[in-house]
Amino acid sequence: MNLKRLGNQTVVFANPPVILSSYSVVGPKEGQGPLGKSFDKVWKDGINGEKSWEVAESKMLQEAMQGAMDQASIQKEQIDFMLAGDLLNQIISSNFTARQIALPFIGLYGACSTMALGLAVGSMLIDGGFAKKILVGVSSHHDTAERQFRLPTEQGSQRALSAQWTVTGAGSVLLSSSGVGPRITSATIGKVIDFAVKDVNNMGAAMAPAVADTILNHFQDIQLQPTDYSLIASGDLGGVGLGLACELLKQSGIDTGTNFTDCGVLIYDHTQDVHAGGSGCGCSSVVFAGDILQRIKAGELTKVMLVGSGALHSSTSALQGESIPGIGHAVVIEK
Amino acid sequence: MFDMIIPAFLVGGTICVIGQLLMDLTKPSFTPAHVLVSFVSGGAILGALGLYEPLMKIGGAGASIPLSGFGYSLAKGAMEAVEKRGIMGAFSGGVEATAVGIAAAVFFGYLMSVTFKPKG
Amino acid sequence: MDDQSSPKPAIPVTPEKYQKLTEQYTPKPTVIKNVVLAFIVGGIICSIGQIIINLFISLGLARLEASTAATATMIFIGALLTGLGIYDEIGKFAGAGSIVPVTGFANSIVSPAMEFRREGYVMGVGAKLFTVAGPVLVYGIATSIVVGFAYYLLH
Repeated sequence: MNLKRLGNQTVVFANPPVILSSYSVVGPKEGQGPLGKSFDKVWKDGINGEKSWEVAESKMLQEAMQGAMDQASIQKEQIDFMLAGDLLNQIISSNFTARQIALPFIGLYGACSTMALGLAVGSMLIDGGFAKKILVGVSSHHDTAERQFRLPTEQGSQRALSAQWTVTGAGSVLLSSSGVGPRITSATIGKVIDFAVKDVNNMGAAMAPAVADTILNHFQDIQLQPTDYSLIASGDLGGVGLGLACELLKQSGIDTGTNFTDCGVLIYDHTQDVHAGGSGCGCSSVVFAGDILQRIKAGELTKVMLVGSGALHSSTSALQGESIPGIGHAVVIEK
Repeated sequence: MFDMIIPAFLVGGTICVIGQLLMDLTKPSFTPAHVLVSFVSGGAILGALGLYEPLMKIGGAGASIPLSGFGYSLAKGAMEAVEKRGIMGAFSGGVEATAVGIAAAVFFGYLMSVTFKPKG
Repeated sequence: MDDQSSPKPAIPVTPEKYQKLTEQYTPKPTVIKNVVLAFIVGGIICSIGQIIINLFISLGLARLEASTAATATMIFIGALLTGLGIYDEIGKFAGAGSIVPVTGFANSIVSPAMEFRREGYVMGVGAKLFTVAGPVLVYGIATSIVVGFAYYLLH
């Protein structure tokens, strides 16, 4: 059998799936950030009139996924599978969204790497001949994630300078076997890497080795250099993790140059009191579905690697003193 | 009306500085909850050793408002009750002496929790 | 395409070395600034407590009673400011200055309870009131009982 796999961890698509459309919905803080204009919809507040933040997050994901279908004028019936994930226990935001959209549903959990994971798995399903159209959706919400992973929002405590701010946002991408648009040409599936970081207020440091390892393996598998890409964006290491990932790559003999950035660094600016930057799977999903895809379509970027990075711990494992395992998944998108 | 304000400011501020140093100079897993627990137990032990009483005299509210003051009242209550009632006092004294604070915390806490919505 | 023979590259950094790198890249807490702010805010909160004590004394309460009443009043103020969404804003810059006073104890009671109201009045509000207050009462009361026992044995 002619394997489409290249090297150890990379798949190269014979018929690269097309990104037909994308849609992003964010909360007010993200809307006020430097990428505010790139998002399709900005909510006035985080709850949007719903009875709980959890319901609001699920509604946000629904809006994003419906928005992606509307943008491409594709009906629900034309879609084969929906792939979705979020940060909450048992991925309830995705489950409740899937209940509304009622498509065959594959739930994903990759923590903050879920958008990259969804694009990789969706592309494999399409190129493998199992589906023609796949809808990928990913969400996170500051207020649902904070109380699950950290402290109540009204508790008067100081956040560590290395802590990241969970993004309120949902991004959705519609993949198709045919059509016009940017194409996903390859994907590198990451290994779980744990360098014994235990500090839940420093998730960027916990995820950086996994991101560096995936990038290293991607270049090894595909025999290319960082300079072959117009942008390499991790999502979401934040400021601390981005610095560490660059350092690890440098020590591995890879010069990341100036085209290496991070979705968590891009989404907020310094005046927004978020410390090390954004996090949460909504972060890389809205930055990709908004800003990055727009810049690819405009011709400003020709070849982009999105490296989703996830911290695969739980509040239980953290309390029990376990270290935080990290993962990074890379997908390459070309105009 | 303005008696003791400056001592209260200085003693209270200093006790809070100890809490800040505990948070900043220890592992990040030392949360505000750990700070509060340390201060209650610490205040009770200092109270038992007779070391918190002078602080109360010098600092007034500066020593009674920090949570170490709550610990001090618990220990002082237990010891006074032992004087009066013997061994049973060890169980009843602490809670009796701090009953107003505990009840106020539960009642006002409940009242505010059901009145307001979190802003996020 | 081959599948078994490719080299497997790995990052040439051990977890021990990575820990050093992490420390180097992680910003340190601004201890001096934090300490100054904790001192000022903690001092102000205790001064307000003292004013309330003085007020109760001028209304005719004995010193100990006035102190107890002031503590209860401060708990009320801390709980109210938490409900209004103000206390977490103070806590952001004051740190321990607003955690250590009894107002911070009230904040730690109200903040989880109001957030979990949507999970119901018994298992939401009722249970979550004691997220932080529970451990504080457990260790506080337990310590006082041990102190009482020791006092009994020594006298």
